[in-house]
Amino acid sequence: MSVITYREAMRQAIREALLRDERVFVMGEDIGHYGGSYAVTLDLLEEFGPERIRDTPLSESGFVGAGIGAALGGMRPIVEVMTVNFSLLALDQIMNNAASLLYMSGGQLNVPLVIRMATGAGRQVGAQHSHSLEGWFAHIPGLRILAPATIEDARGMLWPALEDPDPVLIFEHAMLYNQEGELEEPFQPVDIKSAAVRRSGDELTIIAYGGTLRTALGAAEELATQGIDAEVIDLRCLRPLDTATLLSSVTRTHHAMVVDEGWRSGSLSAEISARITEEVFYDLDAPVSRVCSAEVPMPYAKHLEDAVLPQVLDVVNAAKVLCA
Amino acid sequence: MTESTTNVGPEVQSAPSDNRGLHLLQEMLRIRRFEERCVELYSRSAIRGFLHLAIGEEACAVGVMAALSREDAVVSTYREHGHAIARGLSMRVIMAELEGKLEGCSRGRGGSMHLFDGTQRFYGGNAIVAGGLPLAVGLALADHLQSRPRVTACFFGDGAVAEGEFHEAMNLAALWHLPVLFCCENNLYAMGTPLQFTESETDLALKAASYRMPSWEVDAMDATAVERAAREATEAVRAGGGPHFLELRTYRFRSHSMYDPDRYRDKSEIERWKQRDPITTLVAQLNHDGQLADGQLERLEAAIAAEVEDAVTFADAGTDEPVDELTRFVTSTGTGGS
Repeated sequence: MSVITYREAMRQAIREALLRDERVFVMGEDIGHYGGSYAVTLDLLEEFGPERIRDTPLSESGFVGAGIGAALGGMRPIVEVMTVNFSLLALDQIMNNAASLLYMSGGQLNVPLVIRMATGAGRQVGAQHSHSLEGWFAHIPGLRILAPATIEDARGMLWPALEDPDPVLIFEHAMLYNQEGELEEPFQPVDIKSAAVRRSGDELTIIAYGGTLRTALGAAEELATQGIDAEVIDLRCLRPLDTATLLSSVTRTHHAMVVDEGWRSGSLSAEISARITEEVFYDLDAPVSRVCSAEVPMPYAKHLEDAVLPQVLDVVNAAKVLCA
Repeated sequence: MTESTTNVGPEVQSAPSDNRGLHLLQEMLRIRRFEERCVELYSRSAIRGFLHLAIGEEACAVGVMAALSREDAVVSTYREHGHAIARGLSMRVIMAELEGKLEGCSRGRGGSMHLFDGTQRFYGGNAIVAGGLPLAVGLALADHLQSRPRVTACFFGDGAVAEGEFHEAMNLAALWHLPVLFCCENNLYAMGTPLQFTESETDLALKAASYRMPSWEVDAMDATAVERAAREATEAVRAGGGPHFLELRTYRFRSHSMYDPDRYRDKSEIERWKQRDPITTLVAQLNHDGQLADGQLERLEAAIAAEVEDAVTFADAGTDEPVDELTRFVTSTGTGGS
């Protein structure tokens, strides 16, 4: 057992992939000489050299598309997009090529590509660096969308993602990079298909992922002191959704809440809520509850940013109403 | 190095002395007759959706493909029937694709704009203008990283040079010295808008040169000129010379797509360009050099007519993919899930 940060766990995962498979290379902005904007790729340039730790110009569409082409050409690229906000510049490549080529080509051309990017708010970096847009990508058929929320998943999701024959997007919440946790040694592989129950409970199912998992767990601890026994589910894979795990929990607790840093309208939380309602409506004792970010472009001021984001108290209060 | 060798000239130039000239002629005729048949099929609704014809532009496809090896890769656009035929996809699987049949080269999933053949390294069929350029850079990067002496030829139109992806891809290819042959088919119109209304600099080879890439313009109404240029460029790319750029000056005789009423071009302009039809130009060259025997053109036409007819018969006899396979190939391992 060792204590490491989420950042170090991700770094170890990348290093392991580079050592295990010579087809793997990393490409992105400031990943080499700078060491990664979140220092995830620190010192990898020295160890693996500029061919495999490849600094790119600020050309998101260009280098994401090049990652797709390299994957078609037999490589296993890990493309780092600095943040999800910049990924919009590459949305054409992700949507129209990575996600569509296999289908458009009648099954001929699969794209074994991994794209990593930071997401989420909490550092007062304003409206163009703070959003959680992973729900948009979870809308697209052909993609697998992962959101590692724990040290184990930060360490373990990359390798199976690289083994996936199709494109996988990994969303790393920026507030998690400094989070510390214990990692078992030797490290055990993780799957990239199922949701995980992070806290067991009988009275309420709180569904969270990525940056909101900590919020949900914090709220569950507070609710326990107030007599509400909450189960917390970590989605882990946002597409395809492990609906079975969610429904199995909700049919036991009869109360469901989704905590999502994304906006509420047309969102992942809306999709999860709809599935619960469609599948297990008669098992519910109350309507599905949602705690999401306020629907505003992220403001800079600290008190306003806090007001936008789902907080522990918001979840606690909503849970008390839900279970009343 | 920046070259600017303009090969435009009205005089009859010599065709290649071996049977390469005949090969170019045959391939152009195959494309022309295939696409003419597509128009008929479109009229009787056997082909639907968008249909972009390259009639008039055939020399681009055949000249470049003649310079490539089987191991090289091709990235194309939505106006790609000619590229696919010249690359070696059979008329049968292309026509079946246009008719939306399971026997089509993309199982009827793609249609006219999305022809693919992984075994021939034909990477499609991209209907987002300039969307294929980054892919070509990546394919070339894979070859570079695996030390394979292969070339990736990337076709796109003059409209693409206004897109950010064009500039991103040109920069990446030049920066990393990758084996890409950029083939810009400049037919003077980005859909219906002439270049001078959309570009501050209409010398496209000059744009490429600004990325320190050898580039030059080619009279692409002359298949032999395209082939010469493509061979020179491809050899240089394969020898490690980094990306090269050919501005293929061409013209489409028909409208942008079957939906286009073609209001933006003067009829006399189209007629003027038809005087430089790449097929009649090459026939004149071959006749001038005595490379075309009596009756040879007629025999060629007859064989091609039979090939087109066979493709239509094949496509018409094709089957519809069962609807229960609708979600197959969303992912490699299953139906995709949601």
